[in-house]
Amino acid sequence: MDHTAPIVENVFGIPWLSFNLSNVMMIIIVSAIVFVLVTLATRNLQMKPTGMQNAIEWLVDFIKGVIGNTMDWKTGKLFLPLGLTLILYIFVGNVSGVATMVVHDHDLWWKSPTADATITLTLSGMVVLLTHFYGIKLRGFKEYGKDYFRPVPFLFPLKIIEEFTNTLTLGLRLFGNMFAGEILLTLLVGLAMAGVGGFLISAVPMMAWMAFKLFIGTIQAFIFVMLTMVYMSHKVNTDH
Amino acid sequence: MHQYIDFLTIGATVGGFQVGDMIVQLFFFILLLYLLKKVAWGPVMNIMEKRENYVANEIEQAEQSRLEAEEASKKATEQLNQTKQEAQQIIEDAKKAAESQEAKIIASARTEADRLKEAAQADIQNEKEKALQALQDKVASLSVLIASKVIEKEISAQDQEKLINEYIKEVGEEL
Repeated sequence: MDHTAPIVENVFGIPWLSFNLSNVMMIIIVSAIVFVLVTLATRNLQMKPTGMQNAIEWLVDFIKGVIGNTMDWKTGKLFLPLGLTLILYIFVGNVSGVATMVVHDHDLWWKSPTADATITLTLSGMVVLLTHFYGIKLRGFKEYGKDYFRPVPFLFPLKIIEEFTNTLTLGLRLFGNMFAGEILLTLLVGLAMAGVGGFLISAVPMMAWMAFKLFIGTIQAFIFVMLTMVYMSHKVNTDH
Repeated sequence: MHQYIDFLTIGATVGGFQVGDMIVQLFFFILLLYLLKKVAWGPVMNIMEKRENYVANEIEQAEQSRLEAEEASKKATEQLNQTKQEAQQIIEDAKKAAESQEAKIIASARTEADRLKEAAQADIQNEKEKALQALQDKVASLSVLIASKVIEKEISAQDQEKLINEYIKEVGEEL
């Protein structure tokens, strides 16, 4: 039952470059799913929306609402594609691990990519870097720098620390939720495999947990995007 | 206990911190972001904006149409009232005209009748006079005839000559 990860190290002879092939595969698969889904949904756009276009437009409106809650829509418009892509990617990533886990040769291949701290921290790090980037781009370096000394200068160290804690909490929250879900699923699967009794005992909790994980996956995707927009608004809003 | 710990550490042993994963994740996410922005989000946002504008436009137009319709209806009502008034006026005028014509006709008939009466009376008078004249003439000639008949019997040659001479004399004096 102890699954390992298909890790390859020292790729191209570079000592620090190592890949978790399972993650690489899942990243590609999830990206492809999101891309195909969205492309199909927006392939035939019409003034009178039908079917998939309705769903996509609902999502766009939803993210618009999330952005509109945190910042001025004029600047917020810029982050709509980011929010949409993030929520879809994270949602599909979360959900991809709900029902299926593929283990080959003791290596865990198919799982949620978001159940890996590397991935979630990369995403959160990217988001935080983007907030800095847009903070400087939209308000200028001086205003951006001044923000570290507002409202009182002695908060400067805390502000610096805040950037790192933001990154960590944003990434680890998602990772923790997804990872916990996977652990419990693995335990339940282990119980189910133990025998007929185990299977009967685990059947109901398993279904309940899957449903709950689906719910958590959705909520976490939403939370991730919402926090992204909140951090973004801290950096790009001119009035605090 | 050992088994339990194994279960718990299953996930932890999966993964670890791999730099390559970060690069792949970043690369694919940015690629996805870029592609979707190009292929999907841009057009979707465009069409939503277009629809928003379209709807706003339609509402504006509907409002305008409504105002126009109201105006037109007001105008039509006004016109209808005016027309009604005009019709009333025309009817009244016609009545008045008819009345005056009636009076005129009656008056002219009356005058015509009077004229005819007068003419008839004049004619009658004329005829009467004429008849009287004719009667007088007739009486005169008859009396002359009678007289001549009477005279023929009683007048002598002497008297005749005397009369003739008197006449001639009278005529001569007149000449």
